[in-house]
Amino acid sequence: MITIYRAKRILTMNPGQPEATHVAVREGRVLGAGTLDALVGWGEHRLDDRFADKVLMPGLVEGHSHLLEGVVWAYVYVGYHDRMDPDGRVWPGATSIEAVVARLREAEQALTDPAQPVVGWGLDPIYFGSARVSRAELDRVSSERPVGVMHASFHILNVNSAALARGGLLRRGVEHPGVPLGADALPTGELKGPDAMMPVAPHVGFDRELLAADERGLRLFARLAVRKGVTTATDLASLLPQNAVDMMLGVTAEPAYPLRIVSLLRLVNQTPQALIERAIALRALSSDRLRLGAVKLVADGSIQGFSARLRWPGYYNGAPNGLWYTPPEAMRAVYAHALKEGILVHTHTNGDEASALVLECIDQALQAQPARDHRFTLQHCQLADAAQFRRMKALGLCVNLFPNHHFYWGDEHYAMTVGPERAERMNACATALACGVPLAIHSDAPVTPLGPLFTAWCAVNRRTASGRVLGEHERIGVQDALRTITLGAAYTLRLDDEIGSIECGKRADFAVLEDDPLEVGAEDLKNVRVWGTVQDGRIFEAAAL
Amino acid sequence: MRSSHAAPLPVTVIGGYLGAGKTTLVNHLLRHAAGRRIAVLVNDFGELPIDADLIEAEDGDVLSLAGGCVCCSFGSDLMGALIKLAQRTPRPDQLLIETSGVALPGAVAASLTLLTDVVLEAVVVLADAETVRARAADRYLADTIERQLHAADLVILNKLDLVAPGAQAALRAWLGTQAPRASVIDAVHAQLPVELLLGVELAAGRRPDPARRLSGALRSPPAVAAEALFEHIESYVARPVDARQLADALADPALGIVRAKGVLRDRAGAPVALQVVGLRATIQPLVAMNVPCGRLVCIGLRGRLDRAAIQAALDRAVNGAAMSKTC
Repeated sequence: MITIYRAKRILTMNPGQPEATHVAVREGRVLGAGTLDALVGWGEHRLDDRFADKVLMPGLVEGHSHLLEGVVWAYVYVGYHDRMDPDGRVWPGATSIEAVVARLREAEQALTDPAQPVVGWGLDPIYFGSARVSRAELDRVSSERPVGVMHASFHILNVNSAALARGGLLRRGVEHPGVPLGADALPTGELKGPDAMMPVAPHVGFDRELLAADERGLRLFARLAVRKGVTTATDLASLLPQNAVDMMLGVTAEPAYPLRIVSLLRLVNQTPQALIERAIALRALSSDRLRLGAVKLVADGSIQGFSARLRWPGYYNGAPNGLWYTPPEAMRAVYAHALKEGILVHTHTNGDEASALVLECIDQALQAQPARDHRFTLQHCQLADAAQFRRMKALGLCVNLFPNHHFYWGDEHYAMTVGPERAERMNACATALACGVPLAIHSDAPVTPLGPLFTAWCAVNRRTASGRVLGEHERIGVQDALRTITLGAAYTLRLDDEIGSIECGKRADFAVLEDDPLEVGAEDLKNVRVWGTVQDGRIFEAAAL
Repeated sequence: MRSSHAAPLPVTVIGGYLGAGKTTLVNHLLRHAAGRRIAVLVNDFGELPIDADLIEAEDGDVLSLAGGCVCCSFGSDLMGALIKLAQRTPRPDQLLIETSGVALPGAVAASLTLLTDVVLEAVVVLADAETVRARAADRYLADTIERQLHAADLVILNKLDLVAPGAQAALRAWLGTQAPRASVIDAVHAQLPVELLLGVELAAGRRPDPARRLSGALRSPPAVAAEALFEHIESYVARPVDARQLADALADPALGIVRAKGVLRDRAGAPVALQVVGLRATIQPLVAMNVPCGRLVCIGLRGRLDRAAIQAALDRAVNGAAMSKTC
């Protein structure tokens, strides 16, 4: 059966036919887009007017997110900015320490089991000046129960005295750079970095096991995706044990599961050879809605955590250079095996020195094993300069930049981490496009909220939370931004032949919008309202989820 | 949290860049464990780090090894793995953490202070004699190598057979500047007396052993007994000592001590374990009360131990304890 949808406007991302009023769908795929006249020739059809006042775009593609975005909603949101949960409820930002404490206290009072911890997430104290959420503040939530609050960056955890005591850290004599001490020589309750967090984290519910993708999280993630117009999203990346793969295959195959998930396998503690062998095995398990077989490497840490690897002159505040997370030998070996087997590799490189090293490693691997269309992608790649983008182009690399950082941490980058010039260069979308590097942009959800239209707004406006335009020459146009959150991201996942545009033969994946992103103006791009999605021809209305 | 009767689990952190011989060293120690239950935690991107003939069984993430030893990998959760191992029954006697080639062993050592179940004994960093200087000049790796060496209490200058004899002295001198807190020990195939890495066994009930030999004869070419390269002094100290004063004195590089371990009574008469590796001197109260106390074993390169100075340090520490009692 053919359905022809009439829309107010269809932005196809097909350069041969950028706009249309109708789209014909059969068996979950697009027969064609155009005028009604141009589509009726396909035969007997039903004309569907439900989108007559809506704008359709290709289903949005999130090229770097984590299923954790669905898991964290089991905890209390205490971030500074308003944020929508998977049920569509917008949690107002907690804009003071008092508000954070009040919200946690409210959650505490709803608990019945006296042993249950109170757990919050999304805290971003840079907006509170020099004030910190110390254990004294969190003791006001409860002096009995463990209380823990994860920061928005997921690199810092604040806990109360009860949690510190349970983790064995409410004592003198702790000497660790990640555990600041108060005037009483006891830890203040701020725990920075995974090692500092881990003795206490399980006592406040942030168990590693819990944070791995669970079935509930997978479902919530998809609900959030529908609300943001997303029809394909990455999970970047996971260890993908077989039981998790089986669960994900089952859930995503359910008739009403609205999302295609691309889950990458992460290199941790195995040989490059074993990684690629596992990726090949996973590739064979791929289904329509769960794509497996690509891998992720992590070269360095994060800029705001001062663990990213920077080239000279290093961090603006003089902090020592960051850390390598994977030895260059291992990265080179992964690239070599992957090129041989046709496996796609995405590499996390935050600092410009990490980008430089990875460019060298890929160059060497390509010399030994030339490949025309590998689509190896640098993820984050926040500090890359023009020379590095030119080299990416020469090596056939794609890049997925992180413009959301400007809004959330741009002011901090300007004042503290990398200083004015490099803060303005960060996530140089315009340079990437000018150099001809295939470009995607991302949220890294849950580090920042899932929402490609918001990410597009960030790339178009480059505004920080305080309102500063950070790098006006790296702003890109709305058209380019919309292309990066559809076809651009699809290309980095080797899915541009299936999704990313509305044209004959492609999957019927649409973002259904109440407003026209080309009409609202650059400033309001983030305010475009999403009605829901169409995914593989199935209709998902956000309000009806 | 640890149960009140268990002493913290002693930990040796083994770092160094890829190819420096960390895995070879770990296997060497496992082969000469001599009854110690060693638990090995590894995080690397290479082949399985344990020789196949040492593996008895595989159970999920844990490899059971000969002699009651175990090995597991820790991925990105070192702390979780440490907590699990410290709670294992039977409890390991010694823990080795083999870090990834790009990890900073100093950071791992700092993280150990967050747990009360474990205590750091030494940071051992291996340097590949053939390549370490080139790596230390590498545009991407220089500061990583520098930070690894800087955190070392003991540097093992491994694969020394691959360096021309005429170049060895300069290499040692350079390492001395890179690892100012450490003793630097030559090695081939990471073959060293186990006591240098794990400390001398001062098992309960044993009297000082005048015939004690260092174990782990060096099998690889040139085949020489450990005794040819190292010597040790065993002292019997019945009286209480000022343990802090003694530990600090023994950590003076002039005494030539590479590693010292003692089970002694402190000035209050309570049993303590004293460890010296490089400039690191730690004193750990012993919880068990029936430990036979009063022994100290110092190991050094043959001919370098300053026996007189060690004896003088001991005498001072005994006097220090006696004086503090009278005032």
